[in-house]
Amino acid sequence: MTARQRLDHLADDGTWQEIAGELRASDPLRFVDLQPYTERVRSAEAKGATEAITSASLAIQGQPCLVAAMDFGFLGGSMGSVVGERFARAAEEAVAQGVPLISITASGGARMQEGVLALMQMAKTIVALDELGDAGLPFVMVLAHPTTGGVWASFASLGDVTYAEPGALIAFSGPRVIEQTTREKLPADFGMAERQLEHGHVDAVVDRRELPARLGHLLAIFARPPHDEAQSLASQLAQNGSERAARVAQALPGLSRRLRGRPGAEDLDPHPADDA
Amino acid sequence: MSTSTSSSGRGGRFVRRIADRLHHTETATGDVWDAIQLARHQDRPYPLDYIARLMPEFEELHGDRLKGDDPAIVAGIGRYHGAPLAVIGQQKGRDAQDRAYRNFGMSSPEGYRKGMRLMDMCERLNIPLVTLIDTPGAFPGADAEERGQGGAIARSMMMMLRLRVPTVAVIIGEGSSGGALALGVADRVVMLENATYSVISPEGASAILWRDAGKAKLAAAAFKPTAANCYRWGVADAVVPEPEGGAHVEHDEAARLLDGYLSRTIRELQALPQAERRRQRRERFRRLGAVREVTGT
Repeated sequence: MTARQRLDHLADDGTWQEIAGELRASDPLRFVDLQPYTERVRSAEAKGATEAITSASLAIQGQPCLVAAMDFGFLGGSMGSVVGERFARAAEEAVAQGVPLISITASGGARMQEGVLALMQMAKTIVALDELGDAGLPFVMVLAHPTTGGVWASFASLGDVTYAEPGALIAFSGPRVIEQTTREKLPADFGMAERQLEHGHVDAVVDRRELPARLGHLLAIFARPPHDEAQSLASQLAQNGSERAARVAQALPGLSRRLRGRPGAEDLDPHPADDA
Repeated sequence: MSTSTSSSGRGGRFVRRIADRLHHTETATGDVWDAIQLARHQDRPYPLDYIARLMPEFEELHGDRLKGDDPAIVAGIGRYHGAPLAVIGQQKGRDAQDRAYRNFGMSSPEGYRKGMRLMDMCERLNIPLVTLIDTPGAFPGADAEERGQGGAIARSMMMMLRLRVPTVAVIIGEGSSGGALALGVADRVVMLENATYSVISPEGASAILWRDAGKAKLAAAAFKPTAANCYRWGVADAVVPEPEGGAHVEHDEAARLLDGYLSRTIRELQALPQAERRRQRRERFRRLGAVREVTGT
């Protein structure tokens, strides 16, 4: 699935607004392996995508958010400078809009042809998530097949909530590298999403078709009450005793949804706000 | 195209001279390969060699308080120029037995978690942190994966980025892959003259990009992972000179040269307000990279 198909699938009415789409790979090392890096980039671009990640502003089931979706078809979804930069821009735009950030990864890891500058993108994504965290905004990860190397060892490991697609390989070192280095014989399900769930590295294994509903549900849980509600509740906190204030705070997500008249809000509400 | 570069400001003159001296050799295959051999020289000083010379009262700490202790990472506290300093270092072994014990410098999740345990202490007790980086990469093993190698590296980077205390990362030998960067998100990143810093080891790249284990020299020439180049790309803020012939020739002198840079840099960093230090650290890693912008699409 390409990043664009991902975004079409997730976005309400299939509409999304790309950000930082003008960024393209450059060749800081003038790198040549079996083929010059510039040629690799050109043939990848010819297939339609402009890089291995697309960042976009959109709404999922009415919940506004930023999504940074990776594209394994573009040079193995490898993370070079553009991927790092587009991810960082997505996080920064999420902070500017005050909305959550979702990332969907499909990547073999750092883009070797950009050398140590590709490695540095790992740190860049960490900086971006630090700013998102400081702004009090959630980061949701969806690990698609495969998520390995420097992507798994940076932002992809830092979701507040982390879903993985069934059968996705999730690993820092791929099976081939491990077998070559340690001569271990790996089980067939090495690094698979289901095993990662068993080992405590992901929160749930979620089928792709269920993603819009699951993500929409999750974003609704994270959603804050509108600003004016927050204001009045804050003054209640100040005026009233702490016990009542605590009940009000507990009831907040449900109250917020109900005030905005979302369908099905009552079913979702774990703390009916009777006395709030 | 914009390629970001930076320099450490004060103390940069000497450092720049070194960088200039190395600059003209940047693409010569043989020289890059020589640097890689020097960076990996078996007599090259390792963290405990520097620590023994710079912080004789060092107290090594063990264990991640979760699972175990990783001998590939040493961590502890000591007195440095009259004040406490914490050090986290990647330790290789010198003879066959010691190399196996240190797992050839390949860190495990327990090592990074031991480091994070120390970072947490630095934060509470307001102790500056120095990391000494020297690894062919984090250990690739099924067990390490199950124990969260990827997450340990990611969290170590995040924790380092958020520290309020001054931090300096020194690439003392071979800095390869996320296993090195896990300890490299510092206020200042400095490389010893013959150290290397790369996205992957030349052998790893050879197998993956050339599909041939024998193309390591070619891979090294393509990555050009020398200190001088990393300085030009802004990945390293400074290059610390080594004794003539390399750090392995004279450990005392290598430690003395590092001491000169470290003591000055920690003082400089301590003079900055805490919030400013963190802002600069974020900014430093935020801008690294090389991209093109196209218009009219």
